[in-house]
Amino acid sequence: MSEKRFIDAIRDGLREEMAADAAVFLIGQDIGVNGGVFRVTDGLLEKFEAGRIIDSPLAESGMVGVAIGAAMNGMRPVVEIQFADFIFPAFNQVVSEAARMYYRTNGDFTVPMVIRAPYGGGARGGLYHSQSVEAYFAHVPGLKVVVPSNPHDAKGLLKSAIRDDNPVLFFEHKLAYNTVRGEISDGDYTVPIGEAVVSREGQHISLISYGLSVHHCLEAAETLSAEGISCEVVDLRTVRPLDTVTILESVKKTGRVCIVHEDNLTGGVGAEVAAIIAKDGFEFLDAPVQRVAAPDVPSFPYNPGLEDVLLPGPTDIVRAAKELAAY
Amino acid sequence: MPINSRLNESGLDQKDAQSIYRYMLLARSISEKSWLLTRQGRVLFSMPCDGQEAADVASAYALDTVTDFIVPYARSLGAMLVKGMTTQEVMLNMFGKAADPNSGGRQMPMHWGHKQLGIISMGSSVGTTIPRASGVALASKLRGQNAVTMVYFGEGSASEGDFHEGLGFAGVHRLPVVFFCNNNGWATSVPVSLQNAEPQVAKRAQGYGFPGVTVDGSDPLAIYQAVKAAVHRARSGGGPTLVEANTIRMMPHSSSDDHLRYRTQEDLENERKLDPIPLFRDFLITTGILDETSDQELQEFVDLEVEEAIELADAAPSAAAETAFNGVYAP
Ligand SMILES: Cc1ncc(C[n+]2csc(CCOP(=O)(O)OP(=O)(O)O)c2C)c(N)n1
Repeated sequence: MSEKRFIDAIRDGLREEMAADAAVFLIGQDIGVNGGVFRVTDGLLEKFEAGRIIDSPLAESGMVGVAIGAAMNGMRPVVEIQFADFIFPAFNQVVSEAARMYYRTNGDFTVPMVIRAPYGGGARGGLYHSQSVEAYFAHVPGLKVVVPSNPHDAKGLLKSAIRDDNPVLFFEHKLAYNTVRGEISDGDYTVPIGEAVVSREGQHISLISYGLSVHHCLEAAETLSAEGISCEVVDLRTVRPLDTVTILESVKKTGRVCIVHEDNLTGGVGAEVAAIIAKDGFEFLDAPVQRVAAPDVPSFPYNPGLEDVLLPGPTDIVRAAKELAAY
Repeated sequence: MPINSRLNESGLDQKDAQSIYRYMLLARSISEKSWLLTRQGRVLFSMPCDGQEAADVASAYALDTVTDFIVPYARSLGAMLVKGMTTQEVMLNMFGKAADPNSGGRQMPMHWGHKQLGIISMGSSVGTTIPRASGVALASKLRGQNAVTMVYFGEGSASEGDFHEGLGFAGVHRLPVVFFCNNNGWATSVPVSLQNAEPQVAKRAQGYGFPGVTVDGSDPLAIYQAVKAAVHRARSGGGPTLVEANTIRMMPHSSSDDHLRYRTQEDLENERKLDPIPLFRDFLITTGILDETSDQELQEFVDLEVEEAIELADAAPSAAAETAFNGVYAP
């Protein structure tokens, strides 16, 4: 075991997979000499032969389109979208092409492609460097969508994603890169896609989340435990496919649920989780399902005061949990 | 130029010329009969390729049909036949049956894709195939495959942003890819004059740093020659070429379209003079490569092949309804 930053875990995962499989290559903007604007690919260019790390033209649809073609001809591309906010030009390639290739060819073609993108607010990036976009893709059959919260999971899930024969979207919270640290297993290991994990055991309330928001839940759980409210924190890790078993087990245990994400409330992943609980966990519930999410405002404004009032955080979770406990 | 030396100059021999002609007849026969099947309600959709058989067939004929890749579009029937798809397989596709190798009945007819034949799957969203072709070619380069990729699309689809992005990438990396634009002057009802103030798509190649050529889409020899040169360039590391064939669209856009809403009968009749099939037949007969009798026999043989394929495909089983749930994810 060794302690790593989130960013190092991802870089290690990329490097190890590239070294293990010549079919793996990286394509993105500024990922070569510059090492990516967040420096995730820093130092990789020198380690691999020419052509394994490609600085793409400023063209997201083309970049993903190229990656799909390469994947259909034996490669395992890993695309970096500079900010999740700029994935929309490639939406058609992801949804119309990558996601349904296997289905539409009746299993003839696969698209083993990973798209990585930094997401999330709090970095004063304004409306176009702060978004959470996972819900758009979590809606789409044929895609897998992963949002890790810690270095160990990030590395293990990234390896699984690269080895997966399906297109996988892999979202990394930009604040996590340098602030989230954690113990990482030595050697080659993977974390399976589609499995949630209980990050903290508790009795009274289930806090269900993913990505950076998991840390907000853990912080809130700590605060609440001092007041005698015991929270269980479920880290979904993958938002498509959802691990319904782990979700329902936790609900069965606590009977009270708060789902937390930084993405907007309406139509977010929380809505799907709530629907699953409403159908298959109805008899376990002792209170209405709560959601803590960004309000339905178009992403986060630039001014810190304007951003902070919208960003969901530990205080919002504590408030919602207390309401649940009092119900 | 004397017509015999035209054949010599193209690099094709008499057998090739006969073979190209046969594929053109086959494509026309399938296209015409598919249209009739839609009128009879036996098939639900078709996109006729009538008028562009020379472009499809002669271009694909310039590829190594075993190792090279084709990224098709809906009117690429002729190229599919050259690449090895059988008439039977095409008809299974038209009828959407389980044994259709393109999609087992999941996609609409003429949405080609066949991994074993090196035909990269297309969906309906036009233009998306263009960067995909660059990606297939990139993989060839990274893997040391000596393969060339050719992607087909219409001039309307060349207005999509993906055209720009796909050609830009291929130019930068000098990828072994040929962009083949079938400029028939129409995107459904919209004339090329409303796509772009410059009607010749090939001119755009300059902006991507590689050559663009425009050829007569009714002349299989000219098309073969232009594509052969482009394929050679691609295979020898010279990078991409944009080849544009000025073709005609003799039929409505699809079986769901009525082209008399936006075209005149006179326009259609004038265009018929450029029908590549009688033009090439005349050339073959004048040069003694074909005679009237063998032409007649060939025509009958082709029609019979298509009719047999239709009956077999019609009788073939559909995929079981429950299978619609399967195959969303690869294992
Ligand atoms: C992205 C997208 N927009 C619209 C359509 C509907 N559509 C299908 S074919 C077509 C016209 C295509 O014209 P062109 O590319 O010139 O090829 P042609 O049909 O003339 O051979 C349109 C508008 C589509 N399939 N995909």
